[in-house]
Amino acid sequence: MEVEQTALPGIGLRHEFTTHSGRRIGVISHRTGRRDLVIYSKDDPDRACEAVKLNDEEADALVELLGAPRIVARLNQAHAEVEGLVSLQLPIPATSPYVNRPMGDARVRTRTNASIVAIVRNGQVYASPGPDFVLLPGDIVVVVGSADSTAEVGDILAEG
Amino acid sequence: MHHTAILFLEFGAVLLGLGVLGALALRAGISAIPLYLIAGLAFGTGGVLPLATSEEFISIGAEIGVVLLLLTLGLEYNADELVSSLKGNARAGIVDLVLNAAPGAILALLLGWGPVAALAMAGVTYATSSGITAKVLSDLGWIGNRETPTVLSLLVFEDLTMAVYLPILTATLAGLSLLSGAIAVGIALATVTVVLLIALRFGKWIEAFVSSPNNEVLLLKVVGLALLVAGIAQQLQVSAAVGAFLVGIALSGQLAHDAQALLAPLRDLFAAVFFVFFGLQTDPTKILPVAAIAAALALVSMLTKLATGMYAARRAGISKAGQARAGIALVPRGEFNIVIAGLAVAAGAHPDLGPLAAAYVLILAAFGPLAAKLVQPLFEAIAKRA
Repeated sequence: MEVEQTALPGIGLRHEFTTHSGRRIGVISHRTGRRDLVIYSKDDPDRACEAVKLNDEEADALVELLGAPRIVARLNQAHAEVEGLVSLQLPIPATSPYVNRPMGDARVRTRTNASIVAIVRNGQVYASPGPDFVLLPGDIVVVVGSADSTAEVGDILAEG
Repeated sequence: MHHTAILFLEFGAVLLGLGVLGALALRAGISAIPLYLIAGLAFGTGGVLPLATSEEFISIGAEIGVVLLLLTLGLEYNADELVSSLKGNARAGIVDLVLNAAPGAILALLLGWGPVAALAMAGVTYATSSGITAKVLSDLGWIGNRETPTVLSLLVFEDLTMAVYLPILTATLAGLSLLSGAIAVGIALATVTVVLLIALRFGKWIEAFVSSPNNEVLLLKVVGLALLVAGIAQQLQVSAAVGAFLVGIALSGQLAHDAQALLAPLRDLFAAVFFVFFGLQTDPTKILPVAAIAAALALVSMLTKLATGMYAARRAGISKAGQARAGIALVPRGEFNIVIAGLAVAAGAHPDLGPLAAAYVLILAAFGPLAAKLVQPLFEAIAKRA
């Protein structure tokens, strides 16, 4: 994929690329700090049919929404390259005994030797959560360890 | 009544009137420039409400308005952008210059106004109003469009051309003999080159001198520097406007953004005064006789701008609809066309030049943005069918 960069004299910069499905999208970075997310028309690929104005906070939120699953995917990829090390994404079911309890209560590391490296909640990644991190139903726990130990973590989180 | 009292009454009434007109323009979605010009026509010689004493004050305000207009324009670009735009778009820029300077120049020659007026009229039809065009692009959501960089770099090219054109025009209008005229133009071009080089090489030093964390200090330094350089430029026959433009270019980065934000209200005030002043100088009764010629000129130069935009966009690999949008975005004329006509009028050009330029800009400043708005749905329909 190639991201094209174009200078807009007096305004700022534009980055754009074409998606796999043939749609063209871009971001205009105004010098004032404003960001516009633009989507190009299907009929007329030169025309921006949608331009959404984003302030700093909104742009950050969008980055996190789009970026979080990618971070987990990249993490998995990194671990796959180390032999014998497995990383799993384990969802916390509503029936789990650890729902609404601090993560430390599960004593995962002591019992299995595997480590919880991140929690993904509502698309947001909480890296290296501490023992007092309270688990909620629907959280996805990213756990790293040997094949056996990570499987055990799954059992613990589901049944206690 | 006391002189100061009359001055305040008149000036206040003019500004208040402009404010009301600006609100109307905002509601109608058009540029306020044509309305300011009309206001000036109403207050000027032969108008409905001639001003008694404040005309001199307004004339100085207008001069400051030109300096501030060009200064803020220069602040929008930095020297690197100008150079890279010059390299990448030279051919489209030259097509723009030839196609759009021609209608004005040819008309002036046909009317028998002579070569000096032809040079001025060439400038009147050549320059697209970067202010109005930028507003059209942003209002219609065209900033993200792929033809927009082409349009913007043409505007940059035009502004750079102005830096060379204005000194030549000033020297020619001064009516100097061929030799001293050539010397004046030479000095002008040398000054422009030297300042551009300084801006490219030593821009950081100038910024270090001007920059200040305090807004008040920054404002005083920037405006002071611009007026000082404008004065020197005027003395060298380079035209004050170009001096201010070059100061704007020399400043870049965060400093330029800060200065732009600080100057915007000041520029709006004095630029409005400038448009009124041009209207003041123009006798409205003289406009009617040239109205038909102005309309014809507007039509022709609209078509030439359309052709320019389409040519430039096609070179950039833009499809048909985008080419037409690029053309239509370039149609509006505004501040610089009036600046140029103002210089010619001040130097005592043909008496019809002022009214013609006023009518011409009235038409294109009002109609250009409207045309862009009207054709948008048309383009969409064409693109869907294709």
